[in-house]
Amino acid sequence: MSEWESVIGLEIHAQLATKSKIFSGASTAFGADPNTQACAVDLGLPGVLPVLNRAAVTMAVRFGVAIDAEIDHRSVFARKNYFYPDLPKGYQISQFELPIVGKGHIFISPAEGEHKEIGITRAHLEEDAGKSIHDQFPDQSGIDLNRAGTPLLEIVSEPDMRSAKEAVAYARKIHSLVRYLEICDGNMQEGSFRCDANVSVRRKGDQKLGIRAELKNINSFRFLERAINFEIERQIDLIEDGGSVVQETRLYDSERDETRSMRSKEEANDYRYFPDPDLLPVAITDEDIAAIRASLPELPEQKKQRYIDELGLSDYNAELLTASRETAAYFEAALAAAPEQNAQLANWILGDLTGALNKAGIDVSESPITPLMLTQLISRIADNTISGKIAKEVFEAMWQGEGDADGIIEARGLKQITDSGAIESLIDDVIAANPDQVEQFRAGKDKVLGFFVGQVMKQSQGKANPGQVNAMLREKLKS
Amino acid sequence: MAASITEIKRGLNKGEFSSVEITQDYLARIARHNPALNCFISVTDEIALEQARAADAALAKGEVAPLTGVPLAHKDLFCTDGVKTTCASRILDNFIAPYDATVIENFKRDGAVMLGKTNMDEFAMGSSNENSSYGNVANPWNTEHVPGGSSGGSAAAVAAGLAPGATGTDTGGSIRQPAALCGVTGIKPTYGRVSRYGMIAYGSSLDQGGPFARSAEDCALLLQTMSGFDGRDSTSAEQPAPDYSGALGQGIEGLKIGLPKEYFADGLDGRIAGVIETAIDELRKLGAEIVDVSLPNTGLSIPTYYVIAMAECSSNLSRFDGVRFGHRCEHPVDLEDLYKRSRGEGFGAEVKRRIMIGTYALSAGYYDAYYLKAQQLRRMIKQDFQQAFDDVDLILGPTTPETAFKIGAKTDDPVSMYLQDIYTISLNLAGLPGMSLPVGFSDGLPVGMQLIGNYFDEAGLLNAAHSYQQVSDWHLQVPEAFQ
Repeated sequence: MSEWESVIGLEIHAQLATKSKIFSGASTAFGADPNTQACAVDLGLPGVLPVLNRAAVTMAVRFGVAIDAEIDHRSVFARKNYFYPDLPKGYQISQFELPIVGKGHIFISPAEGEHKEIGITRAHLEEDAGKSIHDQFPDQSGIDLNRAGTPLLEIVSEPDMRSAKEAVAYARKIHSLVRYLEICDGNMQEGSFRCDANVSVRRKGDQKLGIRAELKNINSFRFLERAINFEIERQIDLIEDGGSVVQETRLYDSERDETRSMRSKEEANDYRYFPDPDLLPVAITDEDIAAIRASLPELPEQKKQRYIDELGLSDYNAELLTASRETAAYFEAALAAAPEQNAQLANWILGDLTGALNKAGIDVSESPITPLMLTQLISRIADNTISGKIAKEVFEAMWQGEGDADGIIEARGLKQITDSGAIESLIDDVIAANPDQVEQFRAGKDKVLGFFVGQVMKQSQGKANPGQVNAMLREKLKS
Repeated sequence: MAASITEIKRGLNKGEFSSVEITQDYLARIARHNPALNCFISVTDEIALEQARAADAALAKGEVAPLTGVPLAHKDLFCTDGVKTTCASRILDNFIAPYDATVIENFKRDGAVMLGKTNMDEFAMGSSNENSSYGNVANPWNTEHVPGGSSGGSAAAVAAGLAPGATGTDTGGSIRQPAALCGVTGIKPTYGRVSRYGMIAYGSSLDQGGPFARSAEDCALLLQTMSGFDGRDSTSAEQPAPDYSGALGQGIEGLKIGLPKEYFADGLDGRIAGVIETAIDELRKLGAEIVDVSLPNTGLSIPTYYVIAMAECSSNLSRFDGVRFGHRCEHPVDLEDLYKRSRGEGFGAEVKRRIMIGTYALSAGYYDAYYLKAQQLRRMIKQDFQQAFDDVDLILGPTTPETAFKIGAKTDDPVSMYLQDIYTISLNLAGLPGMSLPVGFSDGLPVGMQLIGNYFDEAGLLNAAHSYQQVSDWHLQVPEAFQ
């Protein structure tokens, strides 16, 4: 056991799925030509003023209600002042002292059977900056302000995580939640969901937190884990070598799998936050909150509990099935067609289907095997049309687009042999061909039964009903 | 030439003259007098005549909007689509907005003609119009004196008859103080009454647009057009504007007017006090009841204002960075050089001073002592007024502690310059409406009287000023050289 403990907190920026920007009417759609989705407000032209997009407020409150957070009746926008070419006004409209979402919490399950509550300090609304482009014009930088003014919800956790694994579990949980809530598309490649990690280490038992580094530029869960692990190692090595960690911002370089210093605390800006006089405080009434609460879908935590209580699923399977809204939707669609098969469905979805999806790198919503196709397959196992083993072959054929289970079973002649006469003749052939093994069995070596079952199944090309083969073999060998 | 807007409207409607004729008259006066006064940064002859022709066509068809064919001038911080808007700053010398300010849009809707854009203190920072990168403006009553500021160009243009009315903005007195110093009538409405959209910001929580004209009657017409809710300005009041012209002529019989003792204390020029007292006697004769009130925190208003206004401006002016519009330095070697030289070359000394002080006031470790403290004092100043308005209908006092001073007299002493706004500034902190109207002269220079109203009581202010102007002719005086 290491004598070190790592302490991790995350700042997650979730881009809210509003149609227009947080303070202007310009579109937020991704991928348009540079500067075609930036109006006078986004460009920071003189005299123009921000007007709050109320849809962003509603989305932030949805998040707040979902994490059981304190939501004040009054929240204030503040200006964060710093100069950068992709920040048109010279300040970012954000929130400082009175964020829209206060203290809340969420539960994570970093491994089977493990549960942990993670505190969320706050979540506040802010506008995104534009993008600087440094590699397209010789000696000059370009600026694309399409993204400027896009609404973000910055979700700040408590430093409650103790490993990269926990941090990833937390990030995935928030990712799943914002998608359940339909407030963020969660697309990490397009930057709709970004994670910064605050990482420090301390000796086990120490109460005081170590000096932290803030890791930026992390655009996948895999990189989040690697960046944190690299940083933990770096800090431990540094201290063990007699050095000390400095408070700084570090960039994660995924190609070299390392973090690099970007700027130290001394170089950090004094942002000179103050309430934005162009915007009134946001008023949120109890009625607003109640209406938003009533409009929430079933949340992953509630869904999970329902799967455990009503369907009798294991805690672990319930956790995995509810991890994404799409997986849960797939499960529920299949379940509707075969309610009694819930355990089988869970196993198939979390096993073969998830494996195939991961291998192909596609989302469950793009699966070539629809929920009803999977239900049909499982029903054919249940009614003894095929064995579990043959079902794997059918699954593979369905994945390849050969049609539904019944069609494939028919076309490939995979129907299970349940006719006792046919099985009996197969057994007789096998017994006749293997007298030595018959002797062994009769001498009390029970294990040999497995050999016979295997041989019979082989002869039947896997189609014989394994249960029947087993029972009949015992009879025959004894006699 | 000293036609009022009311007279111009009547003449146009009766067909006594056309909008083109009256517009040409004003353009000719601008051509003749502007070199001496320097009221205008841009004169928009072609646009003015085109709008005048359109107005005449509308008049001929009987399509009459409230200001159809009336020529006006606009302070050069209202953005005008297609016409340069400079804020009297080198940094915006090349800036042409692709949109109209809501105020400009409203004047277009109501048929007014734009003569040009008026000079001002750079970014509305100043009380003398000496802080303009287009040169100072002269006071028409004595061209060796300042016209006041920051809306000095608009006030001087109306005083000299280069426009019958003009727009201004008031952050700490920038309409009322130049109105007083130039002998014209000007009103700063309640914060939120006039949209700030397209009005280049100085201190966003204090800025408010308003009109200058010869009389309260004319101001009522212009304010009507300027007022109203605007969804593009979140601080705009969702309250319909009443009929200001219709509210005139009710008289002031029984009106209770409070005199704050702090406005008549040390620092007020005795000759101004005398002129104001004569005007107060007139109001008494009209039936007003005059009582004493107290605004105990008046002395705190200047430091409070300068912390808040400068803090806000330090952030508001960050967008002028040489990146997307406005002045950019030649051959920047890197980003920092681009910022430093573009802003260093683009901004004048007073603007730089205010950005630096404001930046300081918001800095880590100073925020509580300055900005937060100032916000607390702001609430106290507001409470002073609210208590006073429990007892009185209007508050009255001098607009300025002295008459127009000589050009250059205070340029080396910013604090003495800041004290010019001692009576006007607390209204901006409280968000209250106030107006200045001419009530006499001292050594040949106009004296202004300030009326302060309760929230959204512009109609009450205009009515009181109009009542006074019915029995006085100070507002009709025109400097000899411009008659």
